[in-house]
Amino acid sequence: MKRHIRTLLNALGVFAVLVALWQVIIWTFHVPSFMLPSPAQVAATLVTRFSPLAQSLLITAEEAGGGLLLSIFAGVAVSLVFAQSAWLRRMFYPYTILLQTVPIIAVAPLILMWAGSGEWSVTLISFIICLAPIIANTTQGMISVDENLQHLFLMHNASSAQTLFKLRLPHAIPNLFVGIRISAGISVIGAITGELFAGSSRVGQGGLGYSILYASAQLQTAYLFALVIAASVLGFAFFFLAMFFEWYFLHNWHQSTRALEAA
Amino acid sequence: MSILRGIVPEIACTRVCKQYRQGAEVLRDINFMVYKGEIISILGLSGCGKSTLLKMIAGLTSVSSGEITVNGMTPANARELVSFIFQDPTLLPWRTVKRNVDLGLELEGATRERRDAKTLEMLELVGLSEVAGRYPRELSGGMKMRVSIARALTTRPRILLMDEPFAALDEMTRDRMNDELLRLQGQHGWTIVFVTHSVAEAVFLSSRILVLAPNPGRLLEMVNVELDRSNLADARSSDAYEQEVSRVSRILRGAHLV
Repeated sequence: MKRHIRTLLNALGVFAVLVALWQVIIWTFHVPSFMLPSPAQVAATLVTRFSPLAQSLLITAEEAGGGLLLSIFAGVAVSLVFAQSAWLRRMFYPYTILLQTVPIIAVAPLILMWAGSGEWSVTLISFIICLAPIIANTTQGMISVDENLQHLFLMHNASSAQTLFKLRLPHAIPNLFVGIRISAGISVIGAITGELFAGSSRVGQGGLGYSILYASAQLQTAYLFALVIAASVLGFAFFFLAMFFEWYFLHNWHQSTRALEAA
Repeated sequence: MSILRGIVPEIACTRVCKQYRQGAEVLRDINFMVYKGEIISILGLSGCGKSTLLKMIAGLTSVSSGEITVNGMTPANARELVSFIFQDPTLLPWRTVKRNVDLGLELEGATRERRDAKTLEMLELVGLSEVAGRYPRELSGGMKMRVSIARALTTRPRILLMDEPFAALDEMTRDRMNDELLRLQGQHGWTIVFVTHSVAEAVFLSSRILVLAPNPGRLLEMVNVELDRSNLADARSSDAYEQEVSRVSRILRGAHLV
């Protein structure tokens, strides 16, 4: 407990130093507020514009969460298929890597062109960016089952479905959570990128990406800072939520949660 | 042995050879039979093909030439009669002890009531009823191995194939596990093929020891063990036991020189 408090105090100390440095730069160089607002101005904006900020944050959270959940279902389904056949893996695995390497910023306009501009399209963009880490990690977990465990199931005349769902899938759960942790962070990036292109059907209202564009065009720099803070908070929240679920499902039996508990 | 002749063997290996596709010859011309209720050990140096032979009897590895029958059937068709106990406990870490033990029955599609009853019976048999709700990571090495044995017994096997199951345990735990195995075998009459590289363990457990010579693995000698096991504590400290260990050790040293 003491160690956790010390870690928190350290982090808060670093934060305080950075904020102080920020304020000193403004005082020393007389930076105009449309270029760099003071910490106090940003804090005031966070309070006064809390309602639209929270609304944008909720929209982005819905889109990113939707994309992440979809990617978990689809990623596990694809991994179940990949685990069944080395031939299928060889054929289709390169396309999974392609998903990871194609810059989402280049694909986003295409998705919007095909699927229309709306929250659903943004969810789709978030889904695409999240999918590859889920597939790669889960498949790895499913195919790296110890040979003796496979022999054990063979000795019990287990069917392919039994081996898949009672051995390979549970064996891959720790790997699945590694994928979810990676995707949780980038789901927010995917959603914001999508929103930058998708705009909003409601004038003045939209997710964080839309609001970033709006605030930037209006030179509302303090609000822009507030939006960046909100986006970071959302990314952190997703990451810690993923870590919580990882701990919840694995703490009884898997080694990795000891590292989480120690962190 | 003379009494056993004429009885259909539980396991029969006839001119069994194993060669990998890359050309490496692992086993050459292995012939032996195992009769109902017998414990035989396969003894040899590391890499002489002991585990490969056991896996061929289980139908987990194919035979290159020759034939293996288990109760008159091919190994793959006889799996319902056989349980395999691995060197590692091979427990599923995401399942509790109880759910690890009932795995075989679950895969067979047994009802929940039957599974629960059988699992509790097996856990009692190996003295682990109190840890039924724990996960494998909370158990000691010896306890894990007992869970593995309990799991192997739930499906009522006639034949146990054991691949150095106690190799990773300390000596005292290993002795205790050997005692328990003999006690349970006495009650249930299983046929056991036990792979080990420990001469003392082979002598203590088995009525016959199949000594393999390496490169490639060949049957050097089938040794009959004469040991009175009516009192296990006495058996381990008896002169007869020490003499048998010395005799088999000499044969094993010879295997190294072949």
